[in-house]
Amino acid sequence: MKRLIATLIIKDGLVVQSVGFKKYLPIGKPEIAVEFLNNWGIDEIIILDINATINERLINLEMVRRASKKCFVPLTIGGGISSIEHAKELLQAGADKICLNHSARNNPNLITELATKYGNQFVVVSVDIMKEEEEYKLYDYITQNFSDLDLFNYIKEVVGKGAGELFINTVNRDGMYQGYDTVLAQKVCDLVDLPVIFSGGAGNADHIVELLSSTSVSAGSASNYFNFYEHSVTVAKAALVQNGVQIRNETFADYNEHHLDGNTRLLKKSDKELEGMRFIIIEREII
Amino acid sequence: MKAKVAIIDYGIGNVQSVYNAVTWLGYNAIVTNLESEFAKANALILPGVGSFETAMESIKNDGLDQRLEEQVLHQKKPILGICLGMQLFASRSEEGGDITGLDWIKGEVVKLKKVKDLYVPNVGWNETSFVKNSVLATRLSDAPTFYYDHSYHFECGEDDIAATCSYGSQIVAAVRKDNIFGVQFHPEKSQSTGLKLLRGFFNHVNEQ
Repeated sequence: MKRLIATLIIKDGLVVQSVGFKKYLPIGKPEIAVEFLNNWGIDEIIILDINATINERLINLEMVRRASKKCFVPLTIGGGISSIEHAKELLQAGADKICLNHSARNNPNLITELATKYGNQFVVVSVDIMKEEEEYKLYDYITQNFSDLDLFNYIKEVVGKGAGELFINTVNRDGMYQGYDTVLAQKVCDLVDLPVIFSGGAGNADHIVELLSSTSVSAGSASNYFNFYEHSVTVAKAALVQNGVQIRNETFADYNEHHLDGNTRLLKKSDKELEGMRFIIIEREII
Repeated sequence: MKAKVAIIDYGIGNVQSVYNAVTWLGYNAIVTNLESEFAKANALILPGVGSFETAMESIKNDGLDQRLEEQVLHQKKPILGICLGMQLFASRSEEGGDITGLDWIKGEVVKLKKVKDLYVPNVGWNETSFVKNSVLATRLSDAPTFYYDHSYHFECGEDDIAATCSYGSQIVAAVRKDNIFGVQFHPEKSQSTGLKLLRGFFNHVNEQ
């Protein structure tokens, strides 16, 4: 079964829309986004504070605590994690997994330390990749430039150090709504023996279908897509189900029988169907 | 009478997530390692995100394992072990060498076999099959999906198996022996389905 993951990019305490890792537009409070995503049936949520390391501090624990209260799917937290102590604080605040980006490059032994104490399934390593001409290179979001490290050797190194999952972000596609770089996705999958979460470029549900049906990624992640598309999670899952992708489908309401237009937006039901729905009783879900 | 739940604090576990789920369902919960709180509780939860070796060290530290044995084996208080928490009930685990567990349910914890197209750790949602009349499944549909995140799994006697899931082969997804319940998946992280399983467990606790 594949996973559909929402990644919330946080800057100055707010969820932001990210374009090319350069432009950021504010969207709203993280805890609200988490609550809605959880209610709509998202499989997992990743929260990344992109200013934390730059400001030499950990992601705000109070914010994590608030966000985790209504989050009944796995919550992965990243942003300024540089010690075992940070991981403990995050677990106490509601995190289920942690994500390392800068620390993985700067202090790869931390990966091993964390994996040894908390199990490698607790440690996600985030790798930002930018395509320059025909070559894929490792990108450093802090210097906003390419890293000196060789991309594929670096990936193998973090896997060797004990990472449990890889989170790949495609800088060129970020915020472009042009679809995922499925060639890169498969390249990474072929290189490692670990679950790969792939992100960058989702513009509509078809892009997500393409990623999950034509590559071996374990999960597809999107950020902007979930914030700007009406009923984004439900529509994405309906498109996946209709295209035969194995995905969890247990929300009380789904659009599996609905029709989607060419842009995977929901089409209005026929007047006859709507007429018939007037007298159907829909029971509230009791938990 | 509403259940009072003690979530065992041994320094290893996503306690806040478990606390959030239990309180959302409407029960009183406390994260603690105190004997007095265990005694007051109607049910115990043993969460676990970590490695077997570190977890057993923590549990043996300061006699926590003895306090738990008093409540679970002698007082017969219902306990739910989650993920690593469930694995700690085993006789031993090969994670970290050959580590002795609590030995409450006979069995071994061994590494998941790497099978074609499947990764270790097993991360993600999996369909789970419960045995007939399982107390944990009273609120669930026929093929509920839960969130799994583990590299090791529990092998125990058939009588103690409460649920299985498919990962290469059939693996143990839940166990039950009298008042001792364990789940390999994370009900606190499996949205409505997980919350319904917890409801089933607490309904059972309330009936005791």
